[in-house]
Amino acid sequence: MIAAPKPDLVTVNIDGVDLSVPKGTNVIEAAKLLHKDVPHYCYHPKLSVAGNCRMCMIEMGTPAFDPATKAPVIDPATGKQKINWIPRPQIGCGTTVSPGLHVKTSSPMVKDAREGVMEFLLINHPLDCPICDQAGECKLQEQATGYGRGYSRFIEEKNVKPKRTQLGPRVTLDDERCILCSRCVRFSKEIARDDVLGFVDRGSYSTLTCHPGKKLENNYSLNTVDICPVGALTSTDFRFKMRVWFLKQTHTLDIESSVGVNAVVWSREGTIYRLTPRRNDEVNDTWMADSGRILYKQVAATDRLTAVRLNGADTSLDIALNAAAALLKDGSVSIVGSGRASVEEQFLLKQLATPIGAQGHLVARTATGDKLLISADRNPNIRGALVTGLISQLPSAELKQLSREIDEGKIKTVVSHGEDLLAAGLTAAQLAKVAVIYIGTHANATSAAAQIVLPALHTYEKAGTFVNQQFRIQKFYAAVPGPQGATNDLVVLAKLVASTGASAPASEVHALWPSIAATVPALSSMLYKNIPDTGLLLDATAWAGLPFVEGESLHFKPAAVAAAEGARS
Amino acid sequence: MPAPAQHRIIFQHIDEPGYSNDIDCYLRNGGYEVLKKAVTQKPEDLREEVKKSGLRGRGGAGFPCGFKWSLVDRKSGKPIYLIVNADESEPGTFKDRYIMHQDPHQLIEGTMISCFANDVKQAYIYIRGEMPEGARILEKAIAEARAKNLVGPNILGTGYSCEIFVHRGAGAYICGEETGLIESLEGKRANPRIKPPYFPAVLGLYQCPTIVNNVETLCHVKYIVQHGGAEYAKIGTPGNTGTRIFCVSGHVQRPGYYEFPAGTITMGQLLNDVCGGPLPGRTFKAVIPGGSSAKVLRFGERYKGKRKVGTDMVDYDWGVEDVPMDFDSLAMIGSMGGSGGVIVMDDSVNMVEALANINAFYQHESCGQCTPCREGSLWMKKISSRMVHGEARKEDAALLKSVADQIPGRTICAFGEACSWPTQSFLIKFKDEFEGYAEAKKNLPADRLSLV
Repeated sequence: MIAAPKPDLVTVNIDGVDLSVPKGTNVIEAAKLLHKDVPHYCYHPKLSVAGNCRMCMIEMGTPAFDPATKAPVIDPATGKQKINWIPRPQIGCGTTVSPGLHVKTSSPMVKDAREGVMEFLLINHPLDCPICDQAGECKLQEQATGYGRGYSRFIEEKNVKPKRTQLGPRVTLDDERCILCSRCVRFSKEIARDDVLGFVDRGSYSTLTCHPGKKLENNYSLNTVDICPVGALTSTDFRFKMRVWFLKQTHTLDIESSVGVNAVVWSREGTIYRLTPRRNDEVNDTWMADSGRILYKQVAATDRLTAVRLNGADTSLDIALNAAAALLKDGSVSIVGSGRASVEEQFLLKQLATPIGAQGHLVARTATGDKLLISADRNPNIRGALVTGLISQLPSAELKQLSREIDEGKIKTVVSHGEDLLAAGLTAAQLAKVAVIYIGTHANATSAAAQIVLPALHTYEKAGTFVNQQFRIQKFYAAVPGPQGATNDLVVLAKLVASTGASAPASEVHALWPSIAATVPALSSMLYKNIPDTGLLLDATAWAGLPFVEGESLHFKPAAVAAAEGARS
Repeated sequence: MPAPAQHRIIFQHIDEPGYSNDIDCYLRNGGYEVLKKAVTQKPEDLREEVKKSGLRGRGGAGFPCGFKWSLVDRKSGKPIYLIVNADESEPGTFKDRYIMHQDPHQLIEGTMISCFANDVKQAYIYIRGEMPEGARILEKAIAEARAKNLVGPNILGTGYSCEIFVHRGAGAYICGEETGLIESLEGKRANPRIKPPYFPAVLGLYQCPTIVNNVETLCHVKYIVQHGGAEYAKIGTPGNTGTRIFCVSGHVQRPGYYEFPAGTITMGQLLNDVCGGPLPGRTFKAVIPGGSSAKVLRFGERYKGKRKVGTDMVDYDWGVEDVPMDFDSLAMIGSMGGSGGVIVMDDSVNMVEALANINAFYQHESCGQCTPCREGSLWMKKISSRMVHGEARKEDAALLKSVADQIPGRTICAFGEACSWPTQSFLIKFKDEFEGYAEAKKNLPADRLSLV
């Protein structure tokens, strides 16, 4: 591990408490370190500072120096350096720390300023919380309660603005609720690099809209919904489906590429309602692509596998497993693992492959990366298969070796962990020559052709880990139970391993990890419970020479690029 | 005491019979001699003269011009821009327009001298969108000056080059706020920038060091370089040097523009002696001394305190008529000299209606970027319009004042002050009229002019 350089620290005083913070920190972030809330709307840690909502106003002072001698002026009353307090409130977001800066976050001046801003924000706001989708996660609600006066003096007619505007395929706008904080405008410009949003008209009649002829349709449009502090921008998919306070939040990962975007599954009583990003400053900041969010729909898809099948007929899990064990004992087995499977599942597949002498394969899934949060490698966990030793080389586009071996009659049984072998390059004729054991979630041509079908769980239904493009191992948890008839992949795999005569491995992630740590060198010092929420970087030197397909993206540089930059500097 | 005589240095040729705005006329009257002299001097010496002159900006804030120039980041290696703020929009102010229409070369000469003094290679004249005629005149004047090698490459053979572009404004008051102006000049919506970090002297136009000066200010620079900073400082009073142009409008016999040494004339002399006093049968009721955003003064009120005269502190006890017309005296009594727009109201004016008019203006001009100004200006407008056109309540007076108090000091730019100071001061000084408006309204003539 290379230690990060120690940042320059600046000592500031917030509400009487001295605190050292890195240079360049603003007052909102500094106060957060002391668990003091400086309410704000327009400020967002990952966007440029606009300073327009004026909610984060604080009282601020700097140490006094004698203008002539530059010597500190000492206050005789306290014996400390005198503080020159600025008679007007300042914005916390736009104020970066300076040595000796003094801040009051709840003085009468601050309180008065916040009450004024809260009142102003609400006078033309429709106050339609009972029918607003943002209710329950609305900054306006929270801060009106926390910092407002609680009554209204406004008796005029409210402004009328457009309602239910479709800004794009996934985002609906209610302009009357908009507080003009410009977060969405800045996000589109600065992060999505698709400058389509702006304001028309002026003053309180300012209206958020798309530029003429433009739509908010980029693959990151739903982030504007996440960062909208009020109910102005809502997800067309999620709106009116469920009140957010009923929803359970479970940490998960984006499964659409090797970036490993941190996310949250929002579910109630076994049904998933939406996916949103979870902040990880080393991976995805606070963003997530739209395409990853709709993947929860796979969970409740109509083509889920729910019946254990043996030679085309429903059967019980035990009978199917016995049949599978018999096939495995026969030998000439090849295993097609998945880059979509967890490290734990890949580990068990490797445990299965070793005693029966089967070769492990993986199916490559590549497309163009978007340079932000979707990489060229559309498998979330190719590196897990490398780390666990299931594969030693990157998967090729087609299963060429397996294809050849089937043609040569060397293979009698193929275990597929969720991969459609036909889509991966095998032909129907080739499949007909072998027995297929299919462990997967959804029906496809391979499951239809398989001798044995073992329904398994979707990522959101089980716990595990993925290793992303940075070789960062990250956890995900089970959010909802699987459908009846489906079995946790680990249970199925553990039973198959046991059937080969090896000792039965654990079939639950926590229990399995000690043996993973004991077997896999790169994971030797960790346990599932010890992996932090933001993940853990693994030592990747063993795989440094492999031709990974990922290009540069947010917080990631391919090894070659990083090395070239290192050589230049 | 009778009023002193006008001392026209900037308006010397305004309305002069036979004086035209072409370059030949300007040259006949000694034009561009100061520029010719200036380019032989060292830029830092010119800046020093301006500092010595004590010149304060004529756009409204009265910020010392020499000090503003000294704040410019000259070490960044980036180009320095100069922007002439010709977005004259403060209600009651009409001085820059006359300079540009009748004596444009005075502005161009002042601009070129200021550019040379600050090593500026590119200047912009940002002229108010509603002044197309002024823009045409300036374009023509610049072309004339360029033909005579006074603008453009290698000016007067000195090797110094500087271009001036005329940019027509976007038709909003806020485009006159210096950082809003810069945004607008960059082709964006004129949302003023947050300061820090975007001080124009460091991060201005295209994130380069930028000087923004008012039209009249730059004309004063020409005069300063011509006569020397020390000589200029003798005009007016200490701290308020040079002349001020007063644009008097409203209920006086002779409204118009008048140029006097700053601080040498009182409000009473200006309104009574110079402008001929109130209309027949009327008496003065109130005056806004520095453009409509300045706090109103009520005739009959007294201002008491101590002020510095030389090195001594002297007591003063003034009525409105006694106030010397300079930046500091007007600030002392709680208003401001601003842009010099003196708006006079006599006893025919209902202050509720006057404020409703002002509030309607500021509400329309708020950019809408930051909350207190955006919402506050419209709320004040809605209240005052309702009072005039609908039902007026006694408690509206206190409400108006309270809304206005939530705005100034909490906004991105000085528009927060501009939109709230009228309401604050009207409510403090004419509270009775607001509280009693519901009653007073019943007796108003039915055929009175309705508000916009």
